[in-house]
Amino acid sequence: MNIVILGATSAIAQETARCFASEGASFFLVARDAAKCNVVAGDLRARGAAAADTFIADLADFSTHAAIANAVPQSIDVVLIAHGSLPDQKAIDDDPVAQVAAFELNATSFISLATHFANRTKTLAVIGSVAGDRGRAANYVYGAAKAALHTYCEGLRARGVNVVLIKPGWIDTPMTSHMRKNPLFASAPAAGRLIHDAIVANRAVVYVPWFWRWISLVVRMLPARFVKF
Amino acid sequence: MSYESWGRAIPSTPSHAIPLSFAPAALPNGELLLAYGLGRSYGDVCLNNGHTLLDTAKMDHFRRFDAATGIIECEAGTSLEAILKAAVPRGWFLPVTPGTKFVTVGGCIANDVHGKNHHRAGTFGRHVRSLELLRSDGALLRCSPTENSELFSATIGGLGLTGLIVSAEIALRKIESPMIVAERIPFRTLAEFDELSRASDATHDYSVAWFDSTSGREPRGIFFRGNHAAHPAGNARIREPHRLPVRLFSPFLMPLTVRLFNEGYFRANAHPQPQTLAYDPFFYPLDAVSNWNAIYGSKGFLQYQFVMPGSVAEVLDRVAKSQLASFLTVIKRFGSLPSPGMMSFPREGTTVCFDFAEGSARLRPLLEELDRIVLDGGGAVYPAKDSRMSPETFRRSFPQFESFARFVDPRFSSTFWRRVT
Repeated sequence: MNIVILGATSAIAQETARCFASEGASFFLVARDAAKCNVVAGDLRARGAAAADTFIADLADFSTHAAIANAVPQSIDVVLIAHGSLPDQKAIDDDPVAQVAAFELNATSFISLATHFANRTKTLAVIGSVAGDRGRAANYVYGAAKAALHTYCEGLRARGVNVVLIKPGWIDTPMTSHMRKNPLFASAPAAGRLIHDAIVANRAVVYVPWFWRWISLVVRMLPARFVKF
Repeated sequence: MSYESWGRAIPSTPSHAIPLSFAPAALPNGELLLAYGLGRSYGDVCLNNGHTLLDTAKMDHFRRFDAATGIIECEAGTSLEAILKAAVPRGWFLPVTPGTKFVTVGGCIANDVHGKNHHRAGTFGRHVRSLELLRSDGALLRCSPTENSELFSATIGGLGLTGLIVSAEIALRKIESPMIVAERIPFRTLAEFDELSRASDATHDYSVAWFDSTSGREPRGIFFRGNHAAHPAGNARIREPHRLPVRLFSPFLMPLTVRLFNEGYFRANAHPQPQTLAYDPFFYPLDAVSNWNAIYGSKGFLQYQFVMPGSVAEVLDRVAKSQLASFLTVIKRFGSLPSPGMMSFPREGTTVCFDFAEGSARLRPLLEELDRIVLDGGGAVYPAKDSRMSPETFRRSFPQFESFARFVDPRFSSTFWRRVT
């Protein structure tokens, strides 16, 4: 199985990749930090990956996307798009440049990459977020980007591309290290296992873990005057 | 993120907790540091109250795993669980494992942990081929029996105080099967235990015994022993751990319930058959409940483990007479294989581990008394489980601590270290 991972040093991507590595998959890993990307490649090889090649690129720079598409192997089974950043919303509330940059990284760059790979892979797996299901004061740029991505993936799937849209809830990763943990947090290894299983089963939309489907449903149905968080 | 130790009896708040998701190039600036892995030490060796913890649980990358030689090199936050998942299907097993797989390689080195095969394999540290140590002066040192050998020796069993253990190279042991052929044999006196133990040293890789701590100086108990199965048959499906949804209220483990448990457990095992079982229930029965420490209620609990070269009868007698019943009590004879670790706890003799629910005013005086018996018998108390030993008990358990102190990194400390020095 040939797997391309965009944002390969993300904790969720790493844990998903470890599940595929133990099955002997081959990887093409794209990340911004060469040293970290090499550590991840070595980790996957030691866990049973048949191969793990690396490609260093800043995915926020769209001009790298074509070069990545040219460098990947001819036959691809899975492309997992997993990069992104969760900005401190309060800090950028009044900063137009930072707001747009956050949107571009979390939505536009995904759309560019998805377009490059839609016709080249058997499965396109995309990390969305429950944050995209409802606009909230705490993370509305991130949420808006993920919402755009959700709709984009829905359309892509309708077009006939095999898209697996993953909507994680709270996962204990460096991205959420500043947040107070509560019982709804899932571990990154558990999330990776669920994402692996969703990709193998080719599910259209999957909440990680499953209970976020129902939390999200309730949050979506709340009248706007109650959504002040 | 909360940083408590497994006994949950010690209030502790680090001033900062810095999560490491990759091996760092240098240590963060700041105050006194200590690595914190999965928090399975029982007392305060993994705590750094008022100072900084380096959270290593996600610094868990493998670097190399050679399935031909069984050498694995990984970052120090890697859990034994992760190593087992990768190694067992390829015919390798941990050279030494404690009673839980939810511990990190770094923690196994820092506490120089032991397992049911101490009589055959010695401590975990014996199987560490080399390690990388990041010191606060910025040096990343490769330490092995031949390179920086003194620092290597100080780091094994060095309670995480010699610097940040970044990675280690471990020699795994070959297995033919993920299954264990195990036996349970009841015994009714200490002499019977000794006899079983000595006889099994020659025939079994793994042995340990549970005993009823309420039964006094001639304890009744169950001797467990096992070997890796010789044929590659069997399915070692590993269960996901369950979680207790709540902390039980403290009086749950009162003397009566403990007595009933001990009675029932002994009877249930009194007529055992040899069995072949997966490695997981043999080595890690308590891992089936990921937060089993919650049964001790909100006050938490305390473990007391010691080793003595001679008879442990007097200690058993005192504990039984105190009526401060211990729920899970284990006894094992350590072998004579030396550890490379300067501060290693295991030494030839008999080790016993009690756990006591916190809450009785009589507990501390009892343990003080046990300390005296153990030390007068030439024994030692185990820091990895401790939260109360006196500086004097520590010094007498580890008379070499002064030469060890020279290797402690000036920017590393722990609640334990400040307490006993």
